[in-house]
Amino acid sequence: MRYQIQPEDRMLVDEFRQNPYGRHSPGLLRILNRMRCVPLDGKYVLVCTKPFREWKLAIHGDRQRPIEILHDHVFTSREEAEWAVFKLRWKALTGEELN
Amino acid sequence: MLELLGYADRFSVAPGEVIEFKVSAFEGQRFRAEIVRLIHGDANPDGPGYKHVVVPSAIEGEYQGRNQPIEAGSSGVVPHHPAFAALESFTLLAMVWPTTPAKGRQAILALGEDLVLAIGEKCGLTGRVGSTTLESDAPLLKRHWYLAALTFDAASGRATLIQRPLHGYPGAPDAAMVSATAKGPGLADAELLIAAEGNPRRNHLNGKIDSPRLLACALSPERLEALLVRPLAADLLPDLVAAFDFAEGTRTTRIHDVGPHKLEGRLEQMPARAMKGWCWSGEEMCWWRKPEHYGAIHFHADDLHDAGWSTDFAFTVPDDLRSGVYAAHVWCGDAEDGTQEDLIPFFVRPRRGDRNRPKLAFLAPTAAYMAYANDQNHIRGEAAEMVIGRLVTYQPADIFLHDHPELGLSLYDRHADGSGVCYSSRHRPILNMRPKYSSWLGATGSGLWQFNADLHITDWLESYMEVEFDVITDEDLHAEGLALLEPYQVVITGTHPEYHSTRMWDAMRAWIDRGGRLMYVAANGWYWRIAFHDELDGVIEVRRAEDGIRTWEADPGEYHHSFTGEYGGLWRRQGRPPQALLGIGFMAQGFDICSYYRRQPDSHDPRAAFVFDGVDGEIIGDFGLIGGGAAGLELDAVRHDLGTPPHTLVLASSEAHSDIIMLVNEEFGVVPPNLKGSEHPNVRADMTFYDTAAGGAVFATGSIAWCGSLSWNGYDNNVSKITGNVLRRFLDPAPFR
Repeated sequence: MRYQIQPEDRMLVDEFRQNPYGRHSPGLLRILNRMRCVPLDGKYVLVCTKPFREWKLAIHGDRQRPIEILHDHVFTSREEAEWAVFKLRWKALTGEELN
Repeated sequence: MLELLGYADRFSVAPGEVIEFKVSAFEGQRFRAEIVRLIHGDANPDGPGYKHVVVPSAIEGEYQGRNQPIEAGSSGVVPHHPAFAALESFTLLAMVWPTTPAKGRQAILALGEDLVLAIGEKCGLTGRVGSTTLESDAPLLKRHWYLAALTFDAASGRATLIQRPLHGYPGAPDAAMVSATAKGPGLADAELLIAAEGNPRRNHLNGKIDSPRLLACALSPERLEALLVRPLAADLLPDLVAAFDFAEGTRTTRIHDVGPHKLEGRLEQMPARAMKGWCWSGEEMCWWRKPEHYGAIHFHADDLHDAGWSTDFAFTVPDDLRSGVYAAHVWCGDAEDGTQEDLIPFFVRPRRGDRNRPKLAFLAPTAAYMAYANDQNHIRGEAAEMVIGRLVTYQPADIFLHDHPELGLSLYDRHADGSGVCYSSRHRPILNMRPKYSSWLGATGSGLWQFNADLHITDWLESYMEVEFDVITDEDLHAEGLALLEPYQVVITGTHPEYHSTRMWDAMRAWIDRGGRLMYVAANGWYWRIAFHDELDGVIEVRRAEDGIRTWEADPGEYHHSFTGEYGGLWRRQGRPPQALLGIGFMAQGFDICSYYRRQPDSHDPRAAFVFDGVDGEIIGDFGLIGGGAAGLELDAVRHDLGTPPHTLVLASSEAHSDIIMLVNEEFGVVPPNLKGSEHPNVRADMTFYDTAAGGAVFATGSIAWCGSLSWNGYDNNVSKITGNVLRRFLDPAPFR
C-alpha cells in the first residue's frame, strides 16, 4: 500500500510553500510523489495562456476528453499555481483544508 | 488553438538550392510569409528575449491558405493485376498478430471493396465476399498469432471464414469457422491493400501481418497451413496467384511476391519492418541471419512518415546568404500566445564542397530533433510530473498536439497499441522544434529543450562572441562524413546531441583524431545508435534495446535496425561508450531545477590555465535561464573504465542537485537505495578537457543546462567566460603541448 499522509506531515507544508521546486526533504518528496503519481484522467496540469506571464489550471482527461481549462483559476506565477494544486491535493487526500 | 502550421521538405539547404514550405491554414485563412534568421528563441523576459532578423526574399508576401489534412496509418499497396480480376474461386490468407483487436474494424487484406478479410466489431475476424458478410464471434487475443483466411468456391457459392489460433488455451474460445452462401466479388481494377481498405485508406490495422497468400481456388480448411510452407506443395502451384515474403526487401519500402507474377507492392507511412514473424522461435535474434523468422510487418493506425502536404512557396537560398539557423515565418494574425503564427526552422549550410570556411561550425543535432519530434510523454505519460518535479505545463502547441494525434509520434512514444515508435520523420510539422516554444521537460525558468535551447548557443556566438561560424547538421554529417568536418578547426555541439549513426560517430572520431577540436557544451550525447534509411531522406530509426533510459523497450529479437541490419541500442552497448569520445558520458537525469559546479584540483593544472583565465572563485554557473543553474536536466561524468582517456582533466564538477535528479539505470545492476542527487556521488556533471596527439581536443561540460547560463547578466558571467576562453583557445591553431 502506498504511503498515506500522516498528521505529523503537516509540518512539511510550509517547506513546500516556501520552496515549491527543487531540494526537498525526503518527507516532503514522499508526499509530492504520492500527490503526483495519479492517473492522467482527472490530473491537474497548467496551461500557459500568456507566455511567461499567465497560466491557468486545467484538468487532463487522459485523451478521452479535451483538456478542460479552469478559466477561474488564473495565476501570474507558476509557484502560485503549485501552491494552489498542493492545497487541492492535500484536501483530496486528507480532507483537511490548508490556508 | 493553433491556426496554421507548416514544415519544409528538408532541414538543411545550401546556397543555390531550393527549400519548399508546406503550410496548412486550418480555416483557409490568408497568411503572410517571410524568411527570418533566428538569433535567440527564448522569450523568457529574464534573458535577451526573442530575436530574429528578416531576410528580404522573393517569397515575402501574402498567400491564400488552405487546410491540408494529415492521414496517419500505414498500409501495403499492390497495384491491380489481371490475375485479380480473373479470380473466381479463391483463398485469401495471412498470419496476423492483432494488438488492438477490440478497437473495431481493422482490415487485414482487402482486394477492392468486395473482398475483405478484417477484424470486426466483435473482436473476431470478419470477411466480406461480394455483398455477403461473415463474422466470427470468437474474440481474438491480442499479441497472439492467428491464421486468418477467407475462401470462396464459385461453383457452390460457398464462402468460409477461418480464424485459427497458433496456440490455443483452455477456456479461450478464439477459434472459429463460419460459412455462408455468397456471390463472387467484383474485382475489376481492384488493388490489393494490406492492413487497410478503401481509397482513401480507412480501417487501419494495429498489429503484425506475415505471409499473405492469394490462391485461385477454395482450399479446404484442413490444408490452409500448407500455404505457409516453402516450397509450396506442387499441387497448389497451378493456383497460386501471390505469396508475399515480407522478409525480402526489409531495408526498403517495397514488398515482394515470390509467386508466379512477382507482384511488387509498396508500403505507405512506414510500418515497422524486421519484425518477428509467426514462426520466430528465439533461436536467432537477428533478422538478416534468419529472414524466414522475420516475415512480419507491424502496421499501426498512427504511423506517419510523410504528411504529404502540397508546397505553398519555395525559397531559393541566395549564393551570398550566410550559413545559419533560419525559419520561414508564416502568420495570419498577431495573437500574443503565438497561435496565429508558425516559424518553420531550417539550416543554411555552406555550399557543398566549399572548403574555404570559417574555423568554427555549429553542429545542429537534427537527428535528436527528429527523435524528439512531437514527443508526447507529457500528454500520455503519468510519470511526467514526478520526473520534472512540478506541474506539467502545456503551451498552445501541446494542446494542439493533444487534440491531433495524426501529427505523429516521437521515438519516445508508444503507438496506440503499446508498441514502441522506432521510426521518426521530419516530413510533418514538428511542434516542439520551434523558437519561442517552452517544453514541459526543460526545467524551471525558460523550460527549453533541444532546438530552442540550442539557439542559446548560436545567439551567444553571434551576439556576444561576434565570431564567424557555419551551421552544419547531423544529416549532412551522416551523408558526407569526415569531409564535412575537415574544413573546421572547432565544432561546437548543441545542448543534447543524443542520436548518432555509425557514419556520424566514425566521422567525429576521425576528425578529433586528426586534430579537430570539439566543444561538447551538452550532456547525454552520443548515446543511442540510430540508422538512416537507404532510400528515404529525413527519417531515422532507433531500437531501444538492452538498457538505457527507455520510454519503451524493443521486444526480444527486434534489436536490429531494419534500415541497416545493425545492432541497435546504446553506443555504450556497442563497445563505444560516450566517455571514449567525449571524456564523459550519461550519468544522471532529472528535470526540475539546476545546480552549479565547483572547481576541481585539475582546474589548476597548467594545461587548463586557458579555461579559467579571468575566472574568479570556486563556484561556476549558480545562475541561468534553465532551472537557475548551469548544471542540470541531464548530466555526464567521467568513467575511466568506460573509456575516459587517462589524461583527461576534470576541471569542475556539479553538486547539490535535487533528489529529482537520479542515477541513470545503465549505471547500476542491483537497484541501490541511494540513487538520488543528495545521496549518490555519481549524480554530477564533470567538466573535462583532453587533447589528442594530433593537436585535437575535447572540452565537455556534461550538462544540458550549461548554455542556458551563457546570456545571464548581459553575457558577463563565468559560464560565458569559460566557454569563451575555450572557444578562443580552440580557434588558436597553436598546439596544446
